[in-house]
Amino acid sequence: MAARIVDKRQLSENVFSMVFEAPKIARKRKPGQFVVVRIHEQGERIPLTIADADAERGTVRLIFQVVGKSTAHMSDLSVGDEILDLVGPLGTPTHIEKVGTVACIGGGVGIAPVFPITQGLKNVGNHIISIIGARTKDLIIMEKEMQSVSDEFVVTTDDGSYGFHGFVSQALENLYLLPGKKIDQVVAIGPVPMMRAVCDVTKKYRLPTIVSLNSIMVDATGMCGACRVSVGGKTRFVCVDGPEFDGHQVDFKELIDRQRIYLNEEKESYDHFCSCRQQAVRR
Amino acid sequence: MDMKERMKIERQAMPEQEPKVRARNFDEVPLGYTPELAKLEAQRCIQCKNRPCMEGCPVEIDIPGFIARIAEGDFIGSIKKIKETNALPAVCGRVCPQEVQCEEKCVRGKKGQPVAIGRLERFVADYERAMGAVSIPEKAAPTGRRIAVVGSGPAGLTVAGDLIKLGHSVTIFEALHVPGGVLVYGIPEFRLPKAIVAAEIDYLKKLGVDVQTSNVIGKIETVDELLNAGYDAVFLGTGAGLPTFMNIPGENLNGVYSANEYLTRSNLMKAYRFPEYDTPIVKGRNVAVIGGGNVAMDAARTAMRLGADHVYLVYRRSRVEMPARIEEIHHAEEEGIELHLLTTPVRYIGNEKGWVVGMECQRMELGEPDSSGRRRPVPMPGSEFIKDVDTVVVAIGTSANPLIQSTTPGLDTNKWGYIIADEETGQTTKKGVYAGGDIVTGSATVILAMGAGRKAARAIHDYVMSK
Repeated sequence: MAARIVDKRQLSENVFSMVFEAPKIARKRKPGQFVVVRIHEQGERIPLTIADADAERGTVRLIFQVVGKSTAHMSDLSVGDEILDLVGPLGTPTHIEKVGTVACIGGGVGIAPVFPITQGLKNVGNHIISIIGARTKDLIIMEKEMQSVSDEFVVTTDDGSYGFHGFVSQALENLYLLPGKKIDQVVAIGPVPMMRAVCDVTKKYRLPTIVSLNSIMVDATGMCGACRVSVGGKTRFVCVDGPEFDGHQVDFKELIDRQRIYLNEEKESYDHFCSCRQQAVRR
Repeated sequence: MDMKERMKIERQAMPEQEPKVRARNFDEVPLGYTPELAKLEAQRCIQCKNRPCMEGCPVEIDIPGFIARIAEGDFIGSIKKIKETNALPAVCGRVCPQEVQCEEKCVRGKKGQPVAIGRLERFVADYERAMGAVSIPEKAAPTGRRIAVVGSGPAGLTVAGDLIKLGHSVTIFEALHVPGGVLVYGIPEFRLPKAIVAAEIDYLKKLGVDVQTSNVIGKIETVDELLNAGYDAVFLGTGAGLPTFMNIPGENLNGVYSANEYLTRSNLMKAYRFPEYDTPIVKGRNVAVIGGGNVAMDAARTAMRLGADHVYLVYRRSRVEMPARIEEIHHAEEEGIELHLLTTPVRYIGNEKGWVVGMECQRMELGEPDSSGRRRPVPMPGSEFIKDVDTVVVAIGTSANPLIQSTTPGLDTNKWGYIIADEETGQTTKKGVYAGGDIVTGSATVILAMGAGRKAARAIHDYVMSK
């Protein structure tokens, strides 16, 4: 189904928020689910997590980072434009229940998918500790939204330009786990090295940790098998078995390798797009 | 023409692209009969009384009827005859295994070659399309009944085509952005041009079928929600599910694909036209395809067209046990695919960056027949060897897709997760819900899925009219 853009904001240098008209998806989606977008006839199918939705207005909000041609192209679109396909909601929703205290950790653009999960966990009465981080202050997104659904709130930056100086994994350990504060569960979403670092910390404390994986997908409905990942030594499919898995069981090394399969092609495609865009501007 | 003259005519070969040329392009391999060749071939049919060919056709085409019209030169009359029972003749003429269906039963095949029924079907379907002569048949008066068809592969398209002609209102829900199912994501352009699939779907749309793409039933709407929304019956034709792997070391290395992914990238997403199309695909130099079915042949021939130096087809049994059509194996070999029979991979070897660089194989010998009746392959100890490969495509089958079953209470599945449905009616364990095709049988053929669709359409018609 085609979907019209009704709102567009730039959240940081490379991160954009777009709100799409998609009434059925807006009604159906649950925290933890994602959509697949295809922008134009020659476009690829890319999975993007749903950051938020408004069932009454019939809209879903997607937050994405420009990392290649498709996301760059999407960031060029304006309010009123349409993308060719918006499919969803896909993936298994987050298991939301009251467990006590939950640490919700988001890194970079991964803060966006953490938000609806945090909201869901808060709504059923959990005590929420949110830790969101990025390389530097300007890359912190959704600070207000995250704060509004948190009981305790920490911002970290790698360069110390804002909040806690260090990684989210360090903040979790130094501010909460070392002092012996009780946490029942962790949800961590962000770049793979960040999720791996968080899991390395929580393993030491035997703290159950859910991660959400953003694998390469094609159909994203349980047909092609592109998104396979090793979890506990078994092959699982992110699109139907996930996107959330027990972080202590995920083979992060394999995941990092698999995310780089098309590095060369992605660069070729993106460079070509950028040179075309420049020519268009010159004209 | 008298019988003697008919019997004298030899089976007419279909012109096709030269192997060396076609192995590097994605254009269709066979070029089709000319009108003269078609008439000549049609005259070979002796119009026998018993019509055994029709028993071999899952969708009950009046085969002698359409062939007689070709022999008379009435090509349009011929295609109209076919379309009485088959909504997808251009597809069936290309991908049906006629050698084990209609043509296997043909009396001319008892002494010599059977009539080339598939090539003739293809010819009249193509003729009609080329002439722009596609006519829309009469539909029954509207019944006021609404039917939801989930999945737009061969089963779903057949159900939709049959039910719309009976006067029902039909909506197809397709998960992908293009309708056609395996006809668009699985079968390559060089075997089934996508323009032909699009034309067949366009025909159904002209008949009044509503096609909703990018709708994943089980997610955006459940089967119960469709029934509650006023659909009188639901047909499930969701097709193949997740790919099966062998569970050997290294299967998740970069460069190791499932056939589903490899073919979907190339066919549906047109990765063979990257970077014009955005979806990439690994263009290997030394490609191994694991498996011996039609999907394995499609993957191997695709790899060759993507520019491989060597394509090895690795199959654990011998040639006679290969499930692929003989014609497909023949085409693959002509194009330079190297068959490694009685061989199986035991592990894939990766480099430090996680890319496959080789595979260890083991030779097999055939032992006693197994439950499938085929002789079981038994590993030969000490026969291991290593082959350099940079791309592997695993084409050993698929399992059931879980999306519908997991969200539909009352819909029973077997131990493999396939939907349980009556063989004659497609009726599932849930009232008003029917199913057919790969989601019921596991991986099978286009025409078997169409046959299941035909039976289910009849049962659905009876059910909704008795409501």
